[in-house]
Amino acid sequence: MSAQTDKRHPYRRPMRGWWKRDRYYIRYLAMEATSILIALYALILLFGLLRLGQGEAAFNGWLEALRSAPSVALHVLLLLVFVYHSYSWFKVMPKTLPAIYWRGAKLPQPVITRIGVCAAVIVNLLVIILLTGLQP
Amino acid sequence: MTDGNKIIEMEVLRYRPEQDQEPFYQSYEVPFLDDWSVLQGLQYIKDDLDGTLSFRWSCRMAICGSCGMMINGVPGLGCRSFLRNYYPGKLRVAALEHFPIERDLVVVVDDFMNKLAQIKPYLIPKQVRALDQGEYLQTPRQLEQYRQFSTCINCMLCYAACPQYGMNTDFTGPGILALMHRYNADSRDDGRAQRMELGHADAGVWGCTAVGYCSEVCPKDVDPAHAINQNKMGSAIDYFLRFVKPRGASQ
Ligand code: SF4
Ligand code: FES
Repeated sequence: MSAQTDKRHPYRRPMRGWWKRDRYYIRYLAMEATSILIALYALILLFGLLRLGQGEAAFNGWLEALRSAPSVALHVLLLLVFVYHSYSWFKVMPKTLPAIYWRGAKLPQPVITRIGVCAAVIVNLLVIILLTGLQP
Repeated sequence: MTDGNKIIEMEVLRYRPEQDQEPFYQSYEVPFLDDWSVLQGLQYIKDDLDGTLSFRWSCRMAICGSCGMMINGVPGLGCRSFLRNYYPGKLRVAALEHFPIERDLVVVVDDFMNKLAQIKPYLIPKQVRALDQGEYLQTPRQLEQYRQFSTCINCMLCYAACPQYGMNTDFTGPGILALMHRYNADSRDDGRAQRMELGHADAGVWGCTAVGYCSEVCPKDVDPAHAINQNKMGSAIDYFLRFVKPRGASQ
């Protein structure tokens, strides 16, 4: 090593609290956090399935619990979380696809996001219509 | 040199390895003209206020990629950011995040350069053509497949934006993975199988968690996040194909 390189003493900055550095990172973490709540809701539904297997009384008890005030509040909160999660998911979607060409031009990424969001809205409406149609 | 009407306060992160334990901000009062870039502000400091300040630059026109720095916390090119946009507030300039600081605004770029060499950033042709066979032909559509990714100027702003790289420098990182894609997506090239040895690895495309900030800060609209994430699909397909095809035969 030469005398000159001996004087080198590169400084590494710590990463502690990196997510507070930029609003972009906070938004990213919020997006990641919604996945945890979505997993939680999958557990709630799975629990319903478990209760269904245990007989009618057990299942009705689970349904009753869903209608309680804290559960309704949780559902409103989770609905917002789901909406944000779906939107952020479709926002990432164009990055995961090779460029799509439409009439010789590259489809802009916001257009792909919008198509995804529209598809999600339509599918959700169809499900709601189907379910309410099935109600006795 | 200046009309002296406007003076902006520039706080610059200093680090002199021979005497400082850690970096600190030093403040300078910089008189400036409306068309002055942040880089010109730094040059004023070096020429007229404090000759000990170190920073990198060359082209002054956003093409050499040397003047990347954190400007008010956001990765940017010093020559492409203008002092007037920060006035009358003060301006904080620091070395690019996620790289070790060599001195003041100069960072150690060895990791980036080593990775750049590893991905073989040159065409590996399917068939080497003799000179008398003429050039490799390409349609505009084929050019379009990689053109955007070929405009990278190696400024490393995307690395300063990437927390995954900051937390684990083994990650190949946005700019280099975008360049890997640039060559893989070139119709004249046949080196994908060789390059994807790196691309498939955990430190390759799978090291990316789609934060996406790299594409926001890129001064050349390379969109490295797009280059990386569209390769996850290809990488997964390669993974499954190797059960039915000999290795490297997936293209
Ligand atoms: S991809 Fe963009 S930000 Fe990253 S090194 Fe290349 S030009 Fe710079
Ligand atoms: S000096 Fe060349 S990119 Fe800024």
